Amino acid sequence: MLPDAEQLLENLSRQLEPFIAEGAALVGIHSGGAWIASRLQQSLGGDLGTLDISFYRDDFSRIGLHPQTKPSNIPFDVEGRHILLIDDVLYTGRTVRAAMNELFDYGRPARISLAVLVDRGERELPIEAQAVGVRMTLKPGQNLELLRDAAGHFNLKLHEEISE
Amino acid sequence: MRKSVNNPQLNKHGELTHLLSIEGLSAPILKQILETAASFVGVAEREVKKVPLLRGKTVCNIFFENSTRTRTTFEIAAKRLSADVINLNVGTSSQSKGETILDTVDNLIAMHADMFVVRHAQSGAAHLIARHVGSDIHVINAGDGRHAHPTQGLLDVFTVRHYKPDMHNLRVAVVGDVLHSRVARSEIHALTTLGVPEVRVIAPKTLLPQEVEKLGVQVYHDMASGLKDVDVIMMLRLQNERMNGALLPSAQEYFKTYGLTQDKLALAKPDAIVMHPGPMNRGVEIDSTVADGAQSVILPQVTYGIAVRMAVMSILAGNTE
Amino acid sequence: MKIHIKNGRLIDPKNNIDAKHDVFIAAGKIVGLGNAPDGFVANQIIDASNLVVCPGLIDLSARLREPGFEYKATLESELLAAAAGGVTSLACPPDTDPVLDEPGLVEMLKHRAKLLNLVNIYPLGALTRQLQGKNLTEMFELSEAGCVGFSQADNALTDTQVLWNSLQYAATFDLTVWLRAEDAHLAKNGVAHSGEVAARLGLQGIPACAETIALSTILSLMRETGAKVHICRLSTLQSVAMIKQAKKEGLPISCDIASTHLHLTEHDIGYFDAQCHLRPPLRTERDRDALRAGLLDGTIDAICSDHTPVDDDAKLSPFAESEPGASGLELLLSLTLKWALDNKLALPQALTSITSSPASVLGIDGGSLSLGAQADVCVFDADFVWKVEAKTLLSQGKNTPFMGLELPGKVRWTLLNGQIVYQHH
Repeated sequence: MLPDAEQLLENLSRQLEPFIAEGAALVGIHSGGAWIASRLQQSLGGDLGTLDISFYRDDFSRIGLHPQTKPSNIPFDVEGRHILLIDDVLYTGRTVRAAMNELFDYGRPARISLAVLVDRGERELPIEAQAVGVRMTLKPGQNLELLRDAAGHFNLKLHEEISE
Repeated sequence: MRKSVNNPQLNKHGELTHLLSIEGLSAPILKQILETAASFVGVAEREVKKVPLLRGKTVCNIFFENSTRTRTTFEIAAKRLSADVINLNVGTSSQSKGETILDTVDNLIAMHADMFVVRHAQSGAAHLIARHVGSDIHVINAGDGRHAHPTQGLLDVFTVRHYKPDMHNLRVAVVGDVLHSRVARSEIHALTTLGVPEVRVIAPKTLLPQEVEKLGVQVYHDMASGLKDVDVIMMLRLQNERMNGALLPSAQEYFKTYGLTQDKLALAKPDAIVMHPGPMNRGVEIDSTVADGAQSVILPQVTYGIAVRMAVMSILAGNTE
Repeated sequence: MKIHIKNGRLIDPKNNIDAKHDVFIAAGKIVGLGNAPDGFVANQIIDASNLVVCPGLIDLSARLREPGFEYKATLESELLAAAAGGVTSLACPPDTDPVLDEPGLVEMLKHRAKLLNLVNIYPLGALTRQLQGKNLTEMFELSEAGCVGFSQADNALTDTQVLWNSLQYAATFDLTVWLRAEDAHLAKNGVAHSGEVAARLGLQGIPACAETIALSTILSLMRETGAKVHICRLSTLQSVAMIKQAKKEGLPISCDIASTHLHLTEHDIGYFDAQCHLRPPLRTERDRDALRAGLLDGTIDAICSDHTPVDDDAKLSPFAESEPGASGLELLLSLTLKWALDNKLALPQALTSITSSPASVLGIDGGSLSLGAQADVCVFDADFVWKVEAKTLLSQGKNTPFMGLELPGKVRWTLLNGQIVYQHH
């Protein structure tokens, strides 16, 4: 049984309230993280940006460019800011690494914190989240995807990778 | 008796592996390039105007025909993708020593370049090189003779889409020396592939190829009827050597008949945009008041040109095998 | 040497024969058809069961590249290719280096070919010295040395007065002038038909009127001078109509087309396939169909290979810089058979265009298997389908637009003057 994503969002929102109050800016990673960041901004306010990390992925030379890239959009000055990096699922940590690299190309933040809806463990890089909706363990080959319905409602979906 | 010929630009998965011509590319492929380019536009406005995508890759600009301007835009694009760039002006050196194009290319392959940006005075040169290098090295055509200048065609439609997002409801006029223009051919293919319903060419008969209508365009020989109600005007450069000769009597007469002035621009829709691939001949194909006027988008074209070339390079580099 | 070709389907278009007849050869001549002459004992029997036996093919244009261009091909390689293609007689244009404009060069070429004894060769002499279009050659002496006609090859004669004079002079001695109809100014720098494909690929075009204007000039001068003219490599619909009219008028004119143009159109250039860089350029489907129709109604006399071997590098350039021409000796029969298949023609009718009809253009006896005729014979398998590959071509020129394609018809034996000069294993 998967946790209720809306519940997790509320949980996360509570944890992030003090950061926003201190002036931290939200930056969501495309696409799930961007949706979450946008919802968080609705409830908590503050600055909002989005990152598409396609140009910073470490597996480009193996799998090529993602067929649908979205422009990154950070409409505020990153220099000296506290950035709350938002993603849906934290797994190997590679996406977060790419996002941090991209963030630094906008300026030098004072601090970066990471907030995720789900932390499924199995890190390949020394990266940890400061705010987490839920921690859970998945089998290798399983993938969690955040879905957003027409009403903007969040749901988690489990994918089984078909082994060949 | 037509042999079945595979599109030399695509790999066996149907992905773009060389960019040689707009012709033969599907609308989804063109759209992917344009959308990726849109993502790159913002990169130029950041503190660090670089992404690490092509780190460790070498892009080689091979210009058999000199063009500082075009070469520079490719160089900036490659550098913003973190690639190493080698510039080679072959125009004057090896070609005159009897070295063939493929000799030159073989030398560069031996230097382990990953991507060739090629300009050559002969139509088909980029195809020849792409056939020779296979799929290990990506080839981008930066202009071959009168045939194609696909990145220019792409940046032009990028610009059109930016100002006129509904491509399915546009009237576009391409004005000038279509006969000798690789830019015109690439623009026409890009526009028709993306669904622009009406593309016109306007030129004297001496500057149009025979059967130009087979490219899917409507042919006009006067500006008054050709520019009527158009949304986009794409001017072409008139090469100096064509101004006084067998094809045109004089630059003055050309300006009078086909030069874009405020008066002629008034025939188009009031919100029509004016484009030019550069470098412009002010007072020959375009009047300064138009080139610098409110409807001109000539400078944004240049800006978008870099993003489009970054998009092309990163898509190609990702499509191996 | 006595040879008995048995069980074959004998097709001799000139004598209207298409029947199961054995052929008997002795002392280089056809000595019996159907029944063996009295006392005939063959030294060799060729079993032609399921094969066609026809006159050796006659090719109105094959460049042998000697003298001067031995890096492209040699007499030996190309005459072997001819024999492998079933060709027993061929005319070769004068654009060698040096140009065939002196009797000594012609005699040398004939002598070399004679030694190789693979094909009868009929050189065309240069119409003007060095093919430069200024001064006449010694046409009378050249004809004595063995030239069957006089040509400018692909070098246009731009000075109409020189053309007039050369036709006058040729007419004086009843010599035939072979001309390609192409206005040099309209064709300047051109590499493809002025049309859709050239427009698309940005190639300099050669308009159809480059051919009709030049042809019209030639026809006018023929009426003035009475000269006999053979028009080489017709390519447009309009010029077929003009030749038809000229023949109706009674002008002493004949013409040929290249086997490539019987099948290909401008669209075959595809993405700059330099193998389709040919002279004249490949034109439209309508033109191609008009050429086919012209062959059928007799307006066009012959199909030739227009064999032009080039070295590999010569095609490895951008289209316009690549060397025009295609290797064709070994494809002439197959491309003719393919045309017959495409248009559902009877074999004898198709074979006329590469046997008896070109023989009469050349004014030679060959091209038939009449009793007493020189035994130049081609024995081929009409149903055999083969793939064109560099390794299977004997010609040094591996340049052909048909590379990699499958074509019908394979030569099994070629006999020249009653001797087997080629045998397919």
